[in-house]
Amino acid sequence: MPQSHIMPGFRPALGFTLFYLALIVLIPLSAMLLKTLQLSLDQFWEILTSRRVLTSFRVSFGAALIAAGIAAVLGSVIAWCLVRYPFPGKKIFDALIDLPFALPTAVAGIVLATIYEPKGWIGKWVMDAIGVQIAYKPLGIVFALIFIGLPFVVRTIEPVLQEFDSAMEEAAASLGANRWQAFTNIILPNILPAAITGFALAFARGVGEYGSVIFIAGNMPYVSEVVPLLIITKLEQYDYAGATAIGLIMLLLSFVLLLMINGLQWWMRRRNGQL
Amino acid sequence: MSITLQHISKQFGAFKALDDINLDIPEGELVALLGPSGCGKTTLLRIIAGLEQADQGDVFLKGDNVTDQPVKNRRIGFVFQHYALFRHMTVFDNIAFGLRVKPRKERPGEAQIKDKVHALLQLVQLDWLHDRFPDQLSGGQRQRIALARALAVEPSVLLLDEPFGALDASVRKDLRLWLRHLHHELNVTSIFVTHDQEEAMEVASQIVVLNHGKIEQKGTPSEIYDQPQSDFVSRFIGQTNVFHIEGDEQHWLKSTGIIVDEPKGTVAHVRPHNIDVEKVTDATNSRVFLKDWQHLGGTIRLELNRDGHNGSGSTIYAEMPNEQFRELALHKGDRVALRIKHAHWFN
Repeated sequence: MPQSHIMPGFRPALGFTLFYLALIVLIPLSAMLLKTLQLSLDQFWEILTSRRVLTSFRVSFGAALIAAGIAAVLGSVIAWCLVRYPFPGKKIFDALIDLPFALPTAVAGIVLATIYEPKGWIGKWVMDAIGVQIAYKPLGIVFALIFIGLPFVVRTIEPVLQEFDSAMEEAAASLGANRWQAFTNIILPNILPAAITGFALAFARGVGEYGSVIFIAGNMPYVSEVVPLLIITKLEQYDYAGATAIGLIMLLLSFVLLLMINGLQWWMRRRNGQL
Repeated sequence: MSITLQHISKQFGAFKALDDINLDIPEGELVALLGPSGCGKTTLLRIIAGLEQADQGDVFLKGDNVTDQPVKNRRIGFVFQHYALFRHMTVFDNIAFGLRVKPRKERPGEAQIKDKVHALLQLVQLDWLHDRFPDQLSGGQRQRIALARALAVEPSVLLLDEPFGALDASVRKDLRLWLRHLHHELNVTSIFVTHDQEEAMEVASQIVVLNHGKIEQKGTPSEIYDQPQSDFVSRFIGQTNVFHIEGDEQHWLKSTGIIVDEPKGTVAHVRPHNIDVEKVTDATNSRVFLKDWQHLGGTIRLELNRDGHNGSGSTIYAEMPNEQFRELALHKGDRVALRIKHAHWFN
C-alpha cells in the first residue's frame, strides 16, 4: 500500500484495533454462538418460544423502549435548561447528571426500590394519591431504566445545543415567527438527530440492564422478569446452552433495532442536507 | 422619515455602548453605520431591529413608535453577519420561511409562495440553487440567499450587520456594487453596519460615523471626506497627515514654508493629495527627503521623511497622479520642497 497519509502508523493502529476487537468482542460472541450450536434446532426453538422467555423479552424491550422515550424527552428539557439558562448551583447540577454513570447499578436499584416501594417515601404517596404501585411491577423497571438512560440523552444533546447558532432563532423571529414556530421549525430539527442518538444509547443500555432492575422489578415470572435475569436463572440451573441461546437472540434483536435507529438518523441527516 | 431614533442609550454593565443617539433616516436611503469595533454600531442596529432593547429612548419606524414591539412585529428584514441560514432547510425553504409562518389569514397559498420565492431567487441571480442546502453554498451565495430571505416578507426597512465582513476580498468588491444597484432597484430604506470606511464610501448614500457610542458626524460620503467635523472623523476616513502646530513644530512648518495659511487651530489634518511636492536642487533649502514610494494604481504614494526624524510618526504621506510623478523624476533620497494646499484645522 502506498503511503497516502501524512501521519504514519496506519498498519500498527489497524492491527491493534482488530486484535482488541477480536479479543474483547468477536471471540466471546463467537463462543456464545458455538455454545448455542450444542442445541438442536428443535430445542432452540422450544426455549425461545416458551411463554416465560417470550414475556421476558416483551418486558425487557418494552420497558427499555418506553424508558428511552421518556428519557429522551426529559433529557432534552434538562439539556436545554443547562445550556440556555444561568442559575445558581448549575455546575453542581451538571455534575449530578453523570452520577448514574458512576454509581454501581445495584446501589441505584436498592435506593430506587426503597423509595418507590409501596411503603417507601414516594411509593407510599403515589399509592395513596392515585393507587398505582411502582416498585415490584413493570412500571418499576421503567423507572430504573429512565434513571440509567437519562445521562446518555443529556450528554449527547448538550454539545449540539451549545453549538447551536442562536442567530438562527433571531433570524426566525425577524421573519415573523413566534416562539413556538421558531422552536418547532428551527430548534427541534437541529437537535433531533442528537436526541435520537441519546435515545438509542439509552435504549441499548436499558435492554441489557441488570443490576438496577432486579431490585425494583419484583422479578415475577411472566410479569416483571427481564431477559438478563432469565439468563442468570438458566446459568444457575447449569443450563448453559439455554442461557446462550437467549443471549444470542437478544444480541440479534438489539443489533437489528440499533441498525434501524441508525438508518433513521441517516435518513434524517440526508433529508436535512447534512450528508 | 423612515427611521427615527430619539435619545437612545444602552449600557452593558459599566460600559456605555450608546449614549443619547438621535438620528433621522429618510425614506429610501442606503445608510452606513461606520465606526471602529466597540463603537456601538451593531448594538444600534440590533436596537432598531428589536433584537436588543435600549435602556432609554424611542425607535420609530415609518412614524410608528415600535420601542415596545418585539422583532417579529416590526416588519424589518435583518441580514446577519454570518447569515444565520437555516441549515436543515433548502434554499427554497429558507426563503419561504417568512411567508409560511404568517398567521393563517395572511398566509399566501403554496403556489403564490413558490412564485414569490422564485422571483426573489431570480432577483439575487441564484435560481439554479433552489434545492441546495446552505452548507453547499459559497460565502457570497449564502449572503445573497440571506438577503433574499429577508426581502421575502417585504420589510419596510432592511438592516444588514457587517454584510461583507465574512467574504473574500474579490467577492466583497462585486457584492458591494451589486448591493448598491439592488438598492436602487428596490428603493427600500436600508442600514448596514461596517468598520471599513472604503466600503461605506463606496456603497452608502449617507454615512453615520459612530465613536464611543456617540454620533461623530452624519452626511454624504463627500461631506464626510471633504468636511470632517472632528479630529476623529478626519483620521478615520481616508489617510491623513497630522501636524501639531505648537512649539518646535510650528517653527519648523513655517520656516520651511510648508504651511502658508495662518493657523486656524492647534492641529492641522492634511490629506495626502493636498500636499504639493517639488524637487529641489539646492539641498540647503530643504529639510525633507523622499524615503520611499509605492504604486497605488492611478496614484503614487510618497513617503517623505524629515532630517533627524526617523520614527514612523514623523513620516509625511503625499499622493500624486502617476504622470506627475514621472515628470518630477524623483529618486529615493532626493530632496524635496513641500507646500500644503488645503488643511482641516482642529483644536
